[in-house]
Amino acid sequence: MTTAPVREPLRQRSRLPAVLLAGGVVLLLSIAVAVTIGPADIEVADVWASVADHLGIGDSTLSVLRDGIVWDLRMPRTLMAAVCGAGLAVCGVVMQSLLRNPLADPFILGVSSGASTGAVLVIVLGAGAGVLSMAGGAFLGAVASFALVLMLSHTLGGTTDRVVLSGVAVMQLLSALTSFIVLTSADAETTRGVLFWLLGSLANVGWPEVATGALALAAALAVCAGYARSLDAFAFGEDAAATLGIAVARTRVVLMSVTALLTAVLVSSVGAIGFVGLVLPHAARILTGPGHARLLPVSALTGAVLLVWVDTVARTVLQPQEIPVGVVTALIGVPAFVLILYRSRGVQ
Amino acid sequence: MTASGLAAHRVSKQLGGGLVLDGVSLSPAAGSTVGVLGPNGSGKSTLLRVLANVTPPSSGRVTMDGQDITEFGRKALARRVAVVEQHSDTQIPLTVRDVVGLGRVPHRRAWLSASAEDETAVHEALEQTGMTAKADQRWQTLSGGERQRVQIARALAQRPSELLLDEPTNHLDVQHQFELLDLLSGLPATSVIALHDLNLAATYCDDILVLDGGVVVAAGPPDDVLTESLIMQVYNVKAEVTTSPEGHPHVRFIRS
Repeated sequence: MTTAPVREPLRQRSRLPAVLLAGGVVLLLSIAVAVTIGPADIEVADVWASVADHLGIGDSTLSVLRDGIVWDLRMPRTLMAAVCGAGLAVCGVVMQSLLRNPLADPFILGVSSGASTGAVLVIVLGAGAGVLSMAGGAFLGAVASFALVLMLSHTLGGTTDRVVLSGVAVMQLLSALTSFIVLTSADAETTRGVLFWLLGSLANVGWPEVATGALALAAALAVCAGYARSLDAFAFGEDAAATLGIAVARTRVVLMSVTALLTAVLVSSVGAIGFVGLVLPHAARILTGPGHARLLPVSALTGAVLLVWVDTVARTVLQPQEIPVGVVTALIGVPAFVLILYRSRGVQ
Repeated sequence: MTASGLAAHRVSKQLGGGLVLDGVSLSPAAGSTVGVLGPNGSGKSTLLRVLANVTPPSSGRVTMDGQDITEFGRKALARRVAVVEQHSDTQIPLTVRDVVGLGRVPHRRAWLSASAEDETAVHEALEQTGMTAKADQRWQTLSGGERQRVQIARALAQRPSELLLDEPTNHLDVQHQFELLDLLSGLPATSVIALHDLNLAATYCDDILVLDGGVVVAAGPPDDVLTESLIMQVYNVKAEVTTSPEGHPHVRFIRS
């Protein structure tokens, strides 16, 4: 009928593998370098040696102490930073697209406040002591609050604005509850611990947390990637998505559950690290354009690299004291958010 | 009734306690342009939403090629029926080409990237709506009329056999109103268009369906439907209906 289009449309999709490869290399190098930074003097070569030794593909001549610093302390912590950064960024992308709200983040479904309440209950009241760890309590709290948000929004009509409003309401309720429990039942020492965790901290992360987080991330990424095209179709709202052949209700329930569960897993081991899930999706959109097939993996990689470095700053800048990583993400995230909004002014 | 294409069979819709549609039937001839007229709140938008399978009817059925649309399959239906809503907006920074590309969503499987056919469809839709020059412009920078044309381009990129449009001429100036209806009536696809302008409907539609309070009060070719008495009955406005030089009824409203 007509000739094929002359210009190359639908963006430079063929470059996606190259972008992912480059991002992967930057991430690996970031992890390797970040592990060397800290009070004990470690070289990148030591990191490779230790990793090779533990994977059984080489022999390390490192002392037990230095090997322990790399393999038992800094490596899991840095990997967890990468997993959390990637997970929070992906959850942010999905939530913003699904709820059509640029202010949505992984915590908008009440997950983080539910986790806090659960964790605080375990710490302060010793609820389920012995049986339930703080992480376990946090996970249960997160899932319970997500269920509450779902029920509430369903009762109110199920539309996206109702989801957002229910999330905000549940979030406010649970943070009030958390504050009440801390104020009435905690001593100064516990309060400090709770506060540190509320602001997010990667300090007490070990290999089991890394493994759980990475598994949850991989599963969530696989599901979300399968829904990439559906997420594109949500740009003009749910009715428009429905007329493009998207099963709107199923997509909404599946994606909200997947992001809520991933967020719950991450928050229960490192606390609520804010701003990554809010700001990073906007930055990634500027980098890749709006198509979710590219946006999801690119924001995962960017989020991972970002949080690796943010955590490195958080644990080293005021040595020997550690700044909660959530404070650093906020200090960077707020100006970045303002900058992004400033760039897009007049376009809205 | 033989049912090729989209058809409504005695469809009713209850919303908030009131009956918004009451036993509406519609089966447009293949390739025809059908205008849905009626005052505000007469059920035009609801009829389109029911036809589009966005909202289910309270009773009655909508069929595609004789098969109930709820059994037709969402994707399969979206490859046949494209919808242009009255209002549409997004917060996401999208270019015109991105928006038109959404029309290809029902044609692709999740893990495949755009095919040559997708790109041709987008290219042609941009050409047909005169938006090629603005293809790389941001949606948010467009005027209301341009946004409407981009949504129509998106609908055309779906390569539908049926088009449902809710007051598509609303934001358009006179020239673009005529261009759009020229385009739609010239397409091989069947178009069902909610309209306010009686003379546009008279000029471009093969058939007209007039709704009032959710009930069909008249249906048929413009010559039969657009009468002075019907306009008085439905809109409560005095009018003089003459025949234009082109042979269409022409409505002139009279101040009472």
